[in-house]
Amino acid sequence: MIRAALTSAAILLAVPAFAEVDVQTLESPGGIHAWLVEEHSIPFVALEIGFRGGTSLDAPEKQGATNLMTALLEEGAGDMDAQDFAKARDDLAMSASFRSWDDGVSVSARFLTETMEPAGDLLRTVLADPAFDAEAVERVRGQVLASIRSDSEDPQAIAGQALAEAIYGNHPYARPGDGTEETVSALTRDDIVAAWKGAMARDRVYVSAVGDITPDQLTALIDKVLGGLPETGAPLPGPADLSFAGGVQVIDYPTPQAVIRFAQPGISRDDPDFFAAYVMNQVLGAGSFESRLMDEIREKRGLTYGVAAYLSAKDRSDLLAGGMATANASVAESIGLIRQEWQKMKDEGVTQDELDRAKTYLTGAYPLRFDGNGRIASILMGMQMDGMDPDYIATRNAKVEAVTLEDVRRVAGELLDPAKLSFVVVGQPEGALN
Amino acid sequence: MNMLSPLRAVWPLSIALAAALPAAAQEVTTFTLENGLDVVVIEDHRAPAVTQMVWYKVGSADEPAGKNGIAHYLEHLMFKGTDLLEPGEFSRVVSANGGNDNAFTSFDQTAYFQHVAASRLDLMMQMEASRMTGLKLTEDVVKPELGVIIEERNQRTDSDPGALFGEQRRAAQFLHHPYGNPIIGWPAEMSALTLQDAVSFYHDHYAPNNAILVVAGDVAPDEVRRLAEKNYGPIPANPDIAERQRVQEPPQLAARHLDFRDPRVAQPYLVRSYLAPERDSGAQEEAAALVLLSDLLGGEPNSSVLGRALQFDRKVAIYSSASYDATSLDDSTFTLSVVPVPGVTLEEAEVALDEVLQAFLDAPVDAGKLATLKRQYRASEIYKRDSADAVARQYGQALTSGLTVEDVAAWPQIVQDVTAEDIKAAAAKVFDARKSVTGYLRPAAPEEAAAEVSQ
Repeated sequence: MIRAALTSAAILLAVPAFAEVDVQTLESPGGIHAWLVEEHSIPFVALEIGFRGGTSLDAPEKQGATNLMTALLEEGAGDMDAQDFAKARDDLAMSASFRSWDDGVSVSARFLTETMEPAGDLLRTVLADPAFDAEAVERVRGQVLASIRSDSEDPQAIAGQALAEAIYGNHPYARPGDGTEETVSALTRDDIVAAWKGAMARDRVYVSAVGDITPDQLTALIDKVLGGLPETGAPLPGPADLSFAGGVQVIDYPTPQAVIRFAQPGISRDDPDFFAAYVMNQVLGAGSFESRLMDEIREKRGLTYGVAAYLSAKDRSDLLAGGMATANASVAESIGLIRQEWQKMKDEGVTQDELDRAKTYLTGAYPLRFDGNGRIASILMGMQMDGMDPDYIATRNAKVEAVTLEDVRRVAGELLDPAKLSFVVVGQPEGALN
Repeated sequence: MNMLSPLRAVWPLSIALAAALPAAAQEVTTFTLENGLDVVVIEDHRAPAVTQMVWYKVGSADEPAGKNGIAHYLEHLMFKGTDLLEPGEFSRVVSANGGNDNAFTSFDQTAYFQHVAASRLDLMMQMEASRMTGLKLTEDVVKPELGVIIEERNQRTDSDPGALFGEQRRAAQFLHHPYGNPIIGWPAEMSALTLQDAVSFYHDHYAPNNAILVVAGDVAPDEVRRLAEKNYGPIPANPDIAERQRVQEPPQLAARHLDFRDPRVAQPYLVRSYLAPERDSGAQEEAAALVLLSDLLGGEPNSSVLGRALQFDRKVAIYSSASYDATSLDDSTFTLSVVPVPGVTLEEAEVALDEVLQAFLDAPVDAGKLATLKRQYRASEIYKRDSADAVARQYGQALTSGLTVEDVAAWPQIVQDVTAEDIKAAAAKVFDARKSVTGYLRPAAPEEAAAEVSQ
């Protein structure tokens, strides 16, 4: 019987592969810290630079300034206009992308070893001497406004924004990072320069590099790239005061399929129970095809293409959140099933079999993430911004393994709160939802 | 600011070095089992992980008439049990081994893949082999999955006016060829699909002599061959499977215009597509010229011909782009898009687009820009080595689109050999209005949209 053979093979082989990621922590002569993984087998370098803060630094009336500023970084710097910059970048066959989100601004660059010097010069100019010239500001403002208009008719975006407003109240997390048509239209060049000075300072910078570069080369590179930035930036926002009304908020929108988002209080990464919660949620909603929510709503009933729940850890708030989409006629049934699984998990926790499978998956999948210079550089950046140490990579699986059945039962009982589980539905759901 | 001078000083050096870059990426080994299963092994020993992909040379364009969506529905049902595996057990075992698995369906191919620790390759092959010809389906698992794909269509297509617009444009582009049907299926046909439809499609197309096995990661080719022979070797070939022969497009003689209106559209845009030749085995030159043409015209907006003309000089567009599907079994499309700035109508944007295209055809190709693009392609051969999975997908897609391993290996040099004249000739040929579809996507009042639907 092959089924037995497969199962035993699974158990026999259940020693997870271990990713050998040798992280060096460096400090440059200029006092900037960086994490490096040397990988000299391919002649290129993946470099990540992240700044804590992001769009949450925007004042309410300047909402969107950080996003617009970030989008303008590739639109001219020093003597270069946008087209000169594109030419310089393309001639070096390098890539550089600039991104902002509520907790940060990041630069992801990739360049050939042989172009390390000019690539560093180019990045320095972009970060320390952006032009923000009037022509580029108007052109990119138009792109941002188009994106805001599109979001205004996108059920997913509408649902996400409505849930954020309901939960975060007056905190910057409640506001759209891109801004609104009104705030973005009113932004001046001075606002953009202020956002740049506020967001991109050395007191909040994190660096990771993976690839064909030595420690000395990297520290010299980052002193060059980041040396021109101000020492301090804008004050970071305080913790969010979260509120969860429970129940279902419906936003009427004509669409064949309703979008459902939900959230309740989460748990801090620093909490001793974090890993118990993480394993619990793997069984409840995070384990792609294997989770209870997926099994009940997709596999057994075919009500959705996908449903997921995840622990969201922002700098200043922790949520247990999730979402799905389903026909308007199935919204009530789907919400009922989510609530039912919430209560069941709260009351009973997980079975030994579920716990074992979740742990084997989580410990086995973790090293597989480290599968490329770009991927590793990005993971190392995320770890630094989440306040982790490099040895987390080696110790993380033991923390998952240490979670017991009793831990999960206790944490599920404490954390899961059906009364606070708050839903937003964008669509025209049928039937009683509350 | 003196940053441009050091850069200029370095350019000649970097050009010289880049020219000397090796064209080869990872070690790639290929062989064929006796039952006809083609195997491609891509070695990358940096992490102890492996990806197994099995690609079948069958996609939505191979569906029988009236059964649109069956290729994709079957892909979902492939997780629902075999002679040896219970429904859902495949993914459960992958997860229990710390791996991830998924699958996708396209016009020309259907692929299944797992990403796991390298030590689990044998187990993955055991399971994948068991569903190559041993699928076992029952009504109780097939029924809910029909609901899943209907919700998938709702989510991906019906909830997104841009996706509906794309579906309508594709249907207008192909007069006769099945590329005009959506992969997921037209709603009425997909809702009527049955277990028997899935089973007969499966028996017609799933066999080792219609599949490509791609293994990428921390593996040795000899070991992959041993495991492949052990797991896939015993599966007999299906002698009834022949080379795919699809209906071909009749001559396209009329430019088509679409006016798609939807109340959910907040940002209007236009898309123009042209019927275009694809990469053919042993004859990839024209496709290579079209690849460079699409990059020149509409790659990076800040340096492309369309971007500079429409976004910078004339300031009529928020965004513009060009794209080309080079890898395809039959003729594909070359596509141009323009998102106009507020105050510029779609009609005005289309006039501007045509003027820019004409100006491009009338002037020589910018030699400096072409050299830069080629340098970027050369560098991409180095960057590609960072992702064995990307190389695996490249081989899987090519080998299920009528190309050979030799064609894949030859492609980078063919791109390097394209001349400015080749690009001009390819452009003059592909921009044939009679083979074009121009679509406008714009907002409409709900009543207006409802009235149009009921007509």
